[in-house]
Amino acid sequence: MPEHEAAGSPGTPTHAVRDFLRRRREQIAQRWADEPLFRTVFTVSRDEAVEAGKVVVDALAQVADAQRVEDPDAAGFTGVREQLARMGAARSRAGLSTTQVSSELAALLPPVDNLLVADLEGETPERLRECTTTLSVLLGTLRLVAMQTALSEVQALIDRQRLQLLEVATPVIKLWDGIVAVPLIGTLDSARSQGVMETLLNAVVDQHARFAILDITGVPTVDSLVAQHLMKTVAAARLMGAECVVSGIRPAIAQTIVHLGLDLGTVKTRASLADALGYCLHELGANIVNVTPDGAGHR
Amino acid sequence: MSEEFSRPVAGHVPVLRLGDVLLVTLQGDLHDSTAHRLQQDLSETIARSGVGGVVIDISGVEIVDSFLGRVLAEIAAQTELLAARTVVAGMRPAVAITLVELGLTLPGLRTALTTEAAMELLAQPVVSSRSGGRREESP
Amino acid sequence: MHTAAGVEARLPIRSDMDLVWVRQHVRQAAALLGFGLVDQTKLVTAASELARNTLVHGGGGRMEAAHVTTTGGIDGLRLTFSDSGPGIVDLDRALSDGYTSGGGLGMGLGGARRLVHDFAVDSAPGSGTTVRVTSWVSRPPRPREGV
Repeated sequence: MPEHEAAGSPGTPTHAVRDFLRRRREQIAQRWADEPLFRTVFTVSRDEAVEAGKVVVDALAQVADAQRVEDPDAAGFTGVREQLARMGAARSRAGLSTTQVSSELAALLPPVDNLLVADLEGETPERLRECTTTLSVLLGTLRLVAMQTALSEVQALIDRQRLQLLEVATPVIKLWDGIVAVPLIGTLDSARSQGVMETLLNAVVDQHARFAILDITGVPTVDSLVAQHLMKTVAAARLMGAECVVSGIRPAIAQTIVHLGLDLGTVKTRASLADALGYCLHELGANIVNVTPDGAGHR
Repeated sequence: MSEEFSRPVAGHVPVLRLGDVLLVTLQGDLHDSTAHRLQQDLSETIARSGVGGVVIDISGVEIVDSFLGRVLAEIAAQTELLAARTVVAGMRPAVAITLVELGLTLPGLRTALTTEAAMELLAQPVVSSRSGGRREESP
Repeated sequence: MHTAAGVEARLPIRSDMDLVWVRQHVRQAAALLGFGLVDQTKLVTAASELARNTLVHGGGGRMEAAHVTTTGGIDGLRLTFSDSGPGIVDLDRALSDGYTSGGGLGMGLGGARRLVHDFAVDSAPGSGTTVRVTSWVSRPPRPREGV
């Protein structure tokens, strides 16, 4: 790269671009203010858009000054990351795809390029080419920085949503004084298993629950991992002084458990949540009587 | 009903006598030697005082490793030999999860959510199916 | 983001008093790095098991704590326990549950392995033992391995 060979001397293309950016700061910002990226994000006043544009021009000049036009981690970009993220987020909210936002960022180059070419009239064609190349590299890096920032925002959003999903997926329900239940829905991976265990055991403490019911009606399959998780939860609850009952074992799942030779050993199981509740109430000393004579009584 | 027992059984471990029950409160990070001394002293105290039960409140304990787990299990076994029952009360969820992951489920140990629940458990007749912590088949 | 102070440390393991310092330091370091309560408890318990191994089987040694980071920017706590004791003759057996040569419940090494994310033992008869464990602060929920 030519700018590295003569780093430091004021005549390098990088420094020419830097000087140009400082000289034409106002004009560049004015032109950017008319571009969709600035115009649609800064809607309060045109001055606001111009000011935002100046901040970006200053950042670019700083990066050029440091001879780091190709480096998205250059210190000069630090100050504009947040602003770029806000602009990107605003465009995404307006319904633009990532590609569209990216091409809006690319559209920032031509107006600046035109200014640069006009500014360098009289220079040799080679010099002109070097300077315009440097400028387009610099703006390409800016685009990269903006996209990086946008992607990390997306990642943060996904993480937040995953967490929310976890919380939504494991509600703890108080069924009676001293009895809590967690209906499990969907597959249990190891991250969720630990979450379920923590949620249930914390509820046991908060609610002074002597009984905790894990209802697996909504769990599609029980394999050895799920069985192991259930047994761990039961064992941990017991150490705390609570009894854990597993309910909602559908016939198909009962068959699978037997077929796989899984030993649920010490785990107390009941066919339905109602049966489990009946068992817990009975253990708590409450008497449950079914008024219909042919109905199933408590166990 | 409540009466301060003559002396603390071990350096940092206060022991209260409440009627027929000794209440031991473990707090913070226990030295191995303190746990050992508690184990020895408790046996002597039970033999001397003839209490029917021991409640060990561990709600203030942040970790139970295999050493302390073994001490608790051994205290329970010892008191059983002296015709008394031990209930471990108030284990924190994080401690319980860790113990299970460690592979220590302490199957013989009686447990209760709180010291109050432990006292209730000890007040019940010896053969009872109503204990939250005990592993017994109920009808 | 996190300062090394409060995490990095080199602690001697010479007496059961030292086990208390080890546990307290690991608790503090894990909290500083942002581990959740359950993961803190798991780390402290693992450290307690391994430090006791160092003391009982290795005749004493030391623990070093270090803050490590993945390329993905995830923080982790690495604990290294080393002694110059007799070493482990049969590592597979030492890692299996129920095996003990020191009067515990035999949960030391195998149990500690289940409480951490990464676990490595380097030992040979006569040349001491080094156990290195690492746990990562799980972004809630824990990111898929290998990302």
